[in-house]
Amino acid sequence: MRPTPAAAVSLRGAALSYGERVLWQGLDLDVAPGEFLAVLGPNGSGKTSFVRALLGQRPLSDGTLTVLGRPPRRGSRDIGYVPQQGTLSTHATLRARDLVRLGIDGHRFGPRPRTGAVRRRVDEILISVGAAAYADVPVGLLSGGERQRVRIGQALATDPRILLCDEPLLSLDLHHQRAVTELVDARRRSHGTAVVFVTHEINPVLGLVDRVLYLARGGFRVGAPDEVLTSEALSRLYGTQVDVIRVRDRVTVVGVPDEAAQSPHHPELPHGARP
Amino acid sequence: MTIADGIWQQIFNFDHYGELLALVRNSLVAGAALGLVGGLVGVFVLMRDLPFAVHGISEMSFAGASAALLLGVNIVGGSIVGSLIAAGAIGLLGARARDRNSVIGVVMPFGLGLGVLFLALYKGRAANKFGILTGQIVAVDTPQMSWLLGTSAVVLVALAAMWRPLAFASADPEVAEARGVPVRALSFAFMLVLGLAVALSVQVVGALLVLTLVVTPAAAAARVTASPVLLPALSVLFAVVSIEGGILLALGGSIPISPYVTTISFTIYVVCRWVGRHRIRRWGAARATA
Repeated sequence: MRPTPAAAVSLRGAALSYGERVLWQGLDLDVAPGEFLAVLGPNGSGKTSFVRALLGQRPLSDGTLTVLGRPPRRGSRDIGYVPQQGTLSTHATLRARDLVRLGIDGHRFGPRPRTGAVRRRVDEILISVGAAAYADVPVGLLSGGERQRVRIGQALATDPRILLCDEPLLSLDLHHQRAVTELVDARRRSHGTAVVFVTHEINPVLGLVDRVLYLARGGFRVGAPDEVLTSEALSRLYGTQVDVIRVRDRVTVVGVPDEAAQSPHHPELPHGARP
Repeated sequence: MTIADGIWQQIFNFDHYGELLALVRNSLVAGAALGLVGGLVGVFVLMRDLPFAVHGISEMSFAGASAALLLGVNIVGGSIVGSLIAAGAIGLLGARARDRNSVIGVVMPFGLGLGVLFLALYKGRAANKFGILTGQIVAVDTPQMSWLLGTSAVVLVALAAMWRPLAFASADPEVAEARGVPVRALSFAFMLVLGLAVALSVQVVGALLVLTLVVTPAAAAARVTASPVLLPALSVLFAVVSIEGGILLALGGSIPISPYVTTISFTIYVVCRWVGRHRIRRWGAARATA
């Protein structure tokens, strides 16, 4: 099977392992432009490694991965990256607008040319994500939700075709979770940006996602939320009885076995917080 | 004359001020260069949380300078070599923040011990020994001047070249890496630049008080602004005012320049804290009404 040329992200027989430990393997997946894909799974199931692979920071151990038809490469302007809340240095002496600007030209060496065009672009972006009111506030004084809004602005600064979000809702309250997911959703609808949204908490994005990639125990399931988030599908994935309970529009997964070996590269996620 | 008057005379004495001023022209030029370097480097020291590294590097710089004094070679050169060794070691071994402090804690006393050893072996003028620890810029001669200015130029060019990606990598390492910024290489490069800047500052305020030039001005500026243009500009201004003010006040007295520099620098910081205390409340109010 060849990679689909029109896909934003395309994986064929993809596998990732650390030494003996297989995170996932045999993964075939195409993410279409404008598609909203949620990546779920317990801690240590390889969600962050998936992100790193897309960013070109980690090679696959097997199979192929193409991003917009090409092998992934570091620093691509076609991928906007929104990291977890809290990855910003607590010592950062920057304003919201400076953070967005770094997303445009922060990677360039040499003195910064004086361009009004870049400044106007920053203003546009801040307005589009609803962060104009605190454009000149130091990022250290922003709330977590405000900071993630600015983060999304920063990620969209290069007008990317793929938006890659790694746990962007972590430690946000419900109101801000909704605001952030709605911003992401609006972008993919208006610009056809493919969204890959890694999260351990499905409920804030449940009504918006097209498909779910659920990683666990070296395996995976891909499909619409209704197909993947079922007791039967997850029980097979985990190899033990797991119950998916739906209460109104919320989903709770009960009986997920504790991973004996916690992943060393992902210790910061709260243990036990599961979809 | 009472004892208090005597002490005052030692600290502030402006007799024959015009003649003395001509003698320190070199020092004032060197001071301006060091203020520029210290003020700019300080911005990143703050952003990268490196004040402790500055202190560690300055102790190794002290060891290098005292070795140079003992061997009778160029003291600025010796202090640069010591600095670069320490900065390189911290950069290589302490790439991750949680390892860094312990590496510094290990390097620092070793450097200080070496320095004490070399000074104990040195049989020359006692004032030379004291100068390395507490500052000696008033005695800057022409060969030293060219070293100081040359090294300052290297630091300034390096900073100008890597300013933006370094700011990105310092404030926002994850996204910077995703955008292709060579985060680790920049981290190491900055340690070397910091090493040079520390070696320069050791010449002015001495190994013990380098923080007053490399951290205090930037910390003061950060209390009043977060603008990427205004912050470095204020930091440089504060550093230059501290050094030049220190040199001018120290001129007539008989004590080293460092207490003048540190006092001015500290005063500026206190004032900036006071001025900046409304900032948080102001932003809060601005957003509540927005």
